[in-house]
Amino acid sequence: MGDLKNRFGTGLSTIFLALVFFWLAGMVLAPNLMMIDYALRPNLPPAALGGPDDTYSLANILYLANEPTHRAIFFKTIWASGLVALVTFLVCYPIAFWLAQRATTGQLAIAMMLIIIPFFINEVLRTLAWFIILAYRGPLNAVLTNTGLIDAPIRWQGDGGVLAAMVYAYILFMLLPIYNAIESLEKAQIEAARDLGASRWRIHTRVVIPHAKAGIATGFVFTFMLAAGSYIAPALLGSPGSRWFTEIIYNWFFEGGDWNRGAAYALVLLVLCLAVVLITLRLFRVNLTDVAK
Amino acid sequence: MRADRIFNAMFWLYLFVFMTYLFAPLIIMGAAAFNESRFPTVIPWQGMTTDWFRAMWADAAMWRSLGTSILVAVCVVVIVVPVGTAAALVLTSLHARARSFAYALMVSPLLTPGVVIGISTLILWRQLGVGGGIFLIVLAQSTFIICYVMLMVMARLQRFDRTQEEAALGLGASPVMVFRRVLLPFLRPALLASSGLAVLQSVENYNTTLFVRGFETPLTVFIATKVRTGLTPAVNALALVIIVATVIGAIAYEVARRRAG
Repeated sequence: MGDLKNRFGTGLSTIFLALVFFWLAGMVLAPNLMMIDYALRPNLPPAALGGPDDTYSLANILYLANEPTHRAIFFKTIWASGLVALVTFLVCYPIAFWLAQRATTGQLAIAMMLIIIPFFINEVLRTLAWFIILAYRGPLNAVLTNTGLIDAPIRWQGDGGVLAAMVYAYILFMLLPIYNAIESLEKAQIEAARDLGASRWRIHTRVVIPHAKAGIATGFVFTFMLAAGSYIAPALLGSPGSRWFTEIIYNWFFEGGDWNRGAAYALVLLVLCLAVVLITLRLFRVNLTDVAK
Repeated sequence: MRADRIFNAMFWLYLFVFMTYLFAPLIIMGAAAFNESRFPTVIPWQGMTTDWFRAMWADAAMWRSLGTSILVAVCVVVIVVPVGTAAALVLTSLHARARSFAYALMVSPLLTPGVVIGISTLILWRQLGVGGGIFLIVLAQSTFIICYVMLMVMARLQRFDRTQEEAALGLGASPVMVFRRVLLPFLRPALLASSGLAVLQSVENYNTTLFVRGFETPLTVFIATKVRTGLTPAVNALALVIIVATVIGAIAYEVARRRAG
């Protein structure tokens, strides 16, 4: 703090500190604390607020644990988000390796530009694009039936459609960290492994992937979090059988009219995401400073 | 050697499939805007038309939602640029321990799901008697967009030579003057770039906005609602216009960023 004051004078540093305080206290901490408060209170009519029934309890969180449909959707959201992260990794890894180690400067510049362009386009539009492609009478079914790969159109809406659109939406969050990590690997290390007789598979599992593990962990963390918190893809591309946890939360707020339960569900989602982030980073010994780049 | 060649051929095939996966959805969506069919598709092709662009242009609700999105984006920029810059300056002046704690707190909104940011903002402000609307959309979006500004300003600050400030102070400039005449001009490219990023993030946000929108309908909400209530290629026409605008904007941004170094 002293440093700040010496550098900018009392007036400016007070303004800076006030702005940062306004952000961290008013926009980051207070809303989350109020959400926790809501999550732990029962949903009461305004007249009963502050009355004898207005006590703290875990009832809203236990409701999630005991309601079989919601619990199933919660666990499904976790493993499906994990699957999204895994598929995104498998799709991105070969491209990231090629970009970082094999591509010429010209190829790198063109490929990077091509990869980044779709990500400037908003997620709702990208999901809309998948909605059109995957429509029952849409282009994908038309191409597949006309080429004889399938006999009758398939209903893509549901888990398959959601997976395709989510992987599509989060490619860049996986690709860039892995690319950055592999880029710092000396080409000589790969050549040395090859000269010593390592197979292609072994070079990747023993040299490249261990070197890139921080980047891979970062990619997983972001993809998982974005997938678990996604609303648009399951809402547009899902089917009644493929509901997402965020849709349940939304319903508590705007259809069920029970904000307290909604807050409890949102809190569970937040804790889940933070736990996944912290555990992954700890397991892969990655620093938070390296994640947010 | 032959195995290598087969492997290479397989890789190029994969790269081709990958690029198709990236671009086919956008191309099909754009092309459907020109199809006469009432439902947006490219198969069957019922004839070329530009009617959907006219329909989009005549849609008053679309213009209103565009106006809402622009208003929100402008307000967001006004908040996030000063706050993000202040956060970067405060953070760099902290000492090791306090710094890593403050850093974790400051990047936490990036690791919080967007829906949770929207929900927690909504709950806090209901307590204070404020319902969803433009004000809450701006506030909720700013909560995490500030992080991006902070990170971009910090990256630029790392290359700042503090002796410039000391020289100015030594020559008798006041701290405020040093800030205005030395540091701010140095940060200018980062501030411009982060304003651009903030506009983009604000306009394209859906998850957070959905919960705090009240009765407002920003562009993303407008499009998502259309998909459910009656999708016509007019939405594709809008999508195509947005895509072309974003790509031009992205290229201009990239050119500006490179020139700024």
